[in-house]
Amino acid sequence: MEAFLFWLFSIVGVACGAMVIWNRNPMGSAVYLVTTMLCLAGLYALLSGAFVAALQVLIYAGAVMVLILFVIMMLNVRQEVVPREGSLPAWIIAGVLGLIVVVNLAVLFRHGDSPTVAEDFGSIEGVGAQLFATYVLPFELISVLLLIAVIGAVVLAKRRAP
Amino acid sequence: MFVDVVIILVKAGLVLFALLNLGGFLTWAERKQSAVMQDRIGPNRANIGKFTLLGLLHPVADGIKMITKEDFIPEGAHRALHTLAPAAALFPALVIFAVIPFGPTVHLFGRDIPLQVANLNVGIVYIFAVSSLAVYGTMLAGWASNNNYSLLGGLRASSQMISYELSIGLSILGILLIYESAQLDVIVHKQGELLWGFLPQWGILFQPLAFFLFVGAALAENKRVPFDLPEGESEIIGYFVEYSSMKFGMFFLAEFVEMVIVSGLTVTLFFGGWQFPYLQATGFVWPFGWGTLALPHWLVVLIQVGTFGLKVLVGCWLLLVIRWSLPRFRYDQIMHLGWKVWFELALVNLLITAVVVLLVT
Amino acid sequence: MIPISYYLVVSAILFVTGAIGVLLRRNALIMLMCLELMLNAVNLSFMAYARMLNDMGGHVFVFLSITVAAAEAAVGLAIILSIYRTRETVDVDYLSLMRH
Repeated sequence: MEAFLFWLFSIVGVACGAMVIWNRNPMGSAVYLVTTMLCLAGLYALLSGAFVAALQVLIYAGAVMVLILFVIMMLNVRQEVVPREGSLPAWIIAGVLGLIVVVNLAVLFRHGDSPTVAEDFGSIEGVGAQLFATYVLPFELISVLLLIAVIGAVVLAKRRAP
Repeated sequence: MFVDVVIILVKAGLVLFALLNLGGFLTWAERKQSAVMQDRIGPNRANIGKFTLLGLLHPVADGIKMITKEDFIPEGAHRALHTLAPAAALFPALVIFAVIPFGPTVHLFGRDIPLQVANLNVGIVYIFAVSSLAVYGTMLAGWASNNNYSLLGGLRASSQMISYELSIGLSILGILLIYESAQLDVIVHKQGELLWGFLPQWGILFQPLAFFLFVGAALAENKRVPFDLPEGESEIIGYFVEYSSMKFGMFFLAEFVEMVIVSGLTVTLFFGGWQFPYLQATGFVWPFGWGTLALPHWLVVLIQVGTFGLKVLVGCWLLLVIRWSLPRFRYDQIMHLGWKVWFELALVNLLITAVVVLLVT
Repeated sequence: MIPISYYLVVSAILFVTGAIGVLLRRNALIMLMCLELMLNAVNLSFMAYARMLNDMGGHVFVFLSITVAAAEAAVGLAIILSIYRTRETVDVDYLSLMRH
């Protein structure tokens, strides 16, 4: 059962990831990226990370991609017939180099079976305990970062009054 | 192992069956309810032979009409996204019900079967995650129609939905603090305990402001009156003008199923879920030491499941009454409310709850 | 039982895909999306190692990485919006002031 789910999520995720960079229209790329993120959330759930899987759907697929889709719709980048970006030799060379990198990484990072983990690995209580005990300084810094990002986005996107 | 999978599939099938039928039934209930409130008769024409059945055949007639209408995709529209958008609107509404417990643990044929499709450790976060996927149906429908007005309607609707998602999340956090768990069946179990010996510890006793904020924000997310500007119905063009027949029917059905979901969530978090006051697993246990009343197991389960159904129906009826009593807000009023009133009140509620919980324990 | 190295191979494929997208595409919005794809691939490898080493610090790191990516996407899109308002294009080949 786990093997079937792993192959399903991996193959769909990798195929949609390839379609993100191959599609000519930004709207299509965005929809494929949403599908990739949902498949990745499934992979996180298979790795016993239930809380992070829910967070991936909630923040990434539910908020960040909605924001990107909003901007695509507002910039009105419609579905014209645009020529493919980048010449064909460039794509072929990039594909071959990418394949070499992936094969090298796969050979380098061979590991055996994973150990069995506790029943509550990846639960809300576990992640929360780590977040508020060991990693409380990064947590506070992240909240400052979010404040800066909110102010920055509002200032950058405001229309200048004529 | 195989029997477990079959049990889960049976529970999922039951839940889907009940949800879809209740969604269809609510279309009739809304029209009859509005008729009763406005002192008229309402739908009573659809009949088989001589039986009109109070107009209960109207949802069936609506379904037949929607299936048999011509289904066209406008010229220049993105065909795949135009067809995908109604499914993307209906899917989150149906899937949220997987974590809502609709009954206690049943002892059947030597097995303990909890009446909940999936008992996730991250129950409430799963609900937030799936309800945030509901925006995609609206956005894709607005864009994929190749129509400027529906694009603007889609942008309006999705900005309203994402503004009120924040308030939904913050208003539920108070409940998480009080019951100290994110799993919905633990929350419902804890609502069966008694405060000071005689009051059932329902959520509304501890968090009345959060109840009001949650219902309001969920109504806005669901695009129901008084926040139904995206539909507009007679004033303004919505995001589904280019949809006909069953695709429009799916948007329509998604809205009513989400209404059942809002009612189910409110009942589970604030009104004790399937708990009947003073009814434990062995029978009634009256407060103040007044004695007990032993009941067989199947009767207790029946009462509790029936209580859940009745509470959900009362919640849906309340949402229908709200629909036909209030006028609708303008778009700038909706945005002002969402960001400057609802969000602040939810934060204040969370702060007060946190301080009180810290002082009490 | 799926070995952890399979998850790492998936992560490597997604990362390389995102990198090719950033290098070869010219539309700024698609480049931003390929950047998000690379961040997602790194998150997957963090989760795989957290499972292998039985340490939930990996989950915390992924949580913080998702938050940083959300903040960066918001600011990046605000930048793209203001560029579009002045230049009427999001093609990065036309955004260089120093060359022409």
